[in-house]
Amino acid sequence: MRKWIERQRNILDFTLSSLLRRKRKNIALISVYTLVVFFLASVVFFTHSIKKEASILLKASPEMIIQRLVAGRHELIPMSYIDKIREIRGVSSVKGRLWGYYYDPITGANYTLIVPEGGQLNSGKITIGEGISRTRLVFEGDTMEFRTYDGALIELEIKNRISSESELISSDLILISRDDFRRLFGTPKGYATDLTLQVKNPRELSTIAIKIAELLPDTRQILRDEILRTYDAVFNWRGGILVVILLGALLAFIIFAWDKASGLSSEERREIGILKAIGWETSDVILMKFWEGMVVSLSSFLAGIILAYIHVFFASSMLFEPVLKGWAVLYPQFKLTPFIDASQVAALFFITVFPYTVATIIPSWRAATVDPDSVMRT
Amino acid sequence: MLMRKSDVFLIYLAINIILIFLMFTHASLKERAKMGSLKEKIEMVRKLELTDLCLFTEANYTRHLSQADLHTPFQDSPTSLEHFPSGSLLAPPESLRKINEKVD
Repeated sequence: MRKWIERQRNILDFTLSSLLRRKRKNIALISVYTLVVFFLASVVFFTHSIKKEASILLKASPEMIIQRLVAGRHELIPMSYIDKIREIRGVSSVKGRLWGYYYDPITGANYTLIVPEGGQLNSGKITIGEGISRTRLVFEGDTMEFRTYDGALIELEIKNRISSESELISSDLILISRDDFRRLFGTPKGYATDLTLQVKNPRELSTIAIKIAELLPDTRQILRDEILRTYDAVFNWRGGILVVILLGALLAFIIFAWDKASGLSSEERREIGILKAIGWETSDVILMKFWEGMVVSLSSFLAGIILAYIHVFFASSMLFEPVLKGWAVLYPQFKLTPFIDASQVAALFFITVFPYTVATIIPSWRAATVDPDSVMRT
Repeated sequence: MLMRKSDVFLIYLAINIILIFLMFTHASLKERAKMGSLKEKIEMVRKLELTDLCLFTEANYTRHLSQADLHTPFQDSPTSLEHFPSGSLLAPPESLRKINEKVD
């Protein structure tokens, strides 16, 4: 065993010396390789954590939402629909929700206004999300001006700010009283933005949704399962820019592997020829090339993974921020909970390290099996 | 005495493996530490009946992705194409991809 270990170390010593002889080329290779692993791992860590957090949080969202559609667009729903829905067997409660968007011309940001259930807020008072406070520079005790649907100005006092810990769900929220909401948007009494529904037995949800669709054909039903599935596919690998990033990474690996598999440089071939001429076995040459592949790919892989973790969970994915921000003025600053598991790291290992190492060995095996004399002469 | 090159490399590997191990430990500790704030957020979602994460605030259909209506692809006119950057990041919501009947 000791002899085996010593042999590996000797070959590793030789491999490292050989790599250091082509220092510039190999440093460039390792840097690009690390960068590719870093981007791939950052995308994997970021999307997995967002999806996981969404799946935990949105399990508490309403079981069913009923919206009225007019010409394909979401419209206000009459509260009289509640009585019709209540008559369906299995429905335990139906409530009207009041919510909407407000465009703030001062900052150019869009806010989401919600009337909380239970009337915790007095008229004239609001609670705002941390993102609004940061963008508009307003705090507890300050007032915010809003222009109502008929052009009048109303001033609402900020009673509270929602904790910055929950920015992922509340950054752009304004909690407002029912009266102020109706005054601001002119929503007539007897109408709500949409309805939320609870059922006695969750297994009956889809049956109840079908009954509602038959009873009220101008409505559509959004089930909690659909919300969860939407966020499960939110950064799907097939969707949008992710496919571009993955394609870029894939192409980089194809170029790496192509470079290796298409053959060795004449210098490398000569090196193999000399090694064979001085008595190295084919297995020794393959072992050397295996270590070469491992040194390059393993160093890049480990560094790439660690840098990706720091990037996503310590630096709030700062390199992705310009992409995620888009044209938004109000952008939530959230720190994701690091939901990572060994299977993600293992999958990244097999995507990045394994093909490169294999691609290094095959051409070396071909070169190592030919006559050293002819290899040295080429 | 000069160190062997293989020793330097193996030390580098060992440091990286320790860092990966620390990364998992940090993730697990952080997950436990954040349980309290996660519970608070779950309570907020339940109380305010929230349906979406606040990821993109630039367009209503990306702010409330799961609530996007059938007009989403044509926000401004029937021939207007999707133009918000976040629209290119996200897959369409499940409720809009539902196939009621096979057309062909």
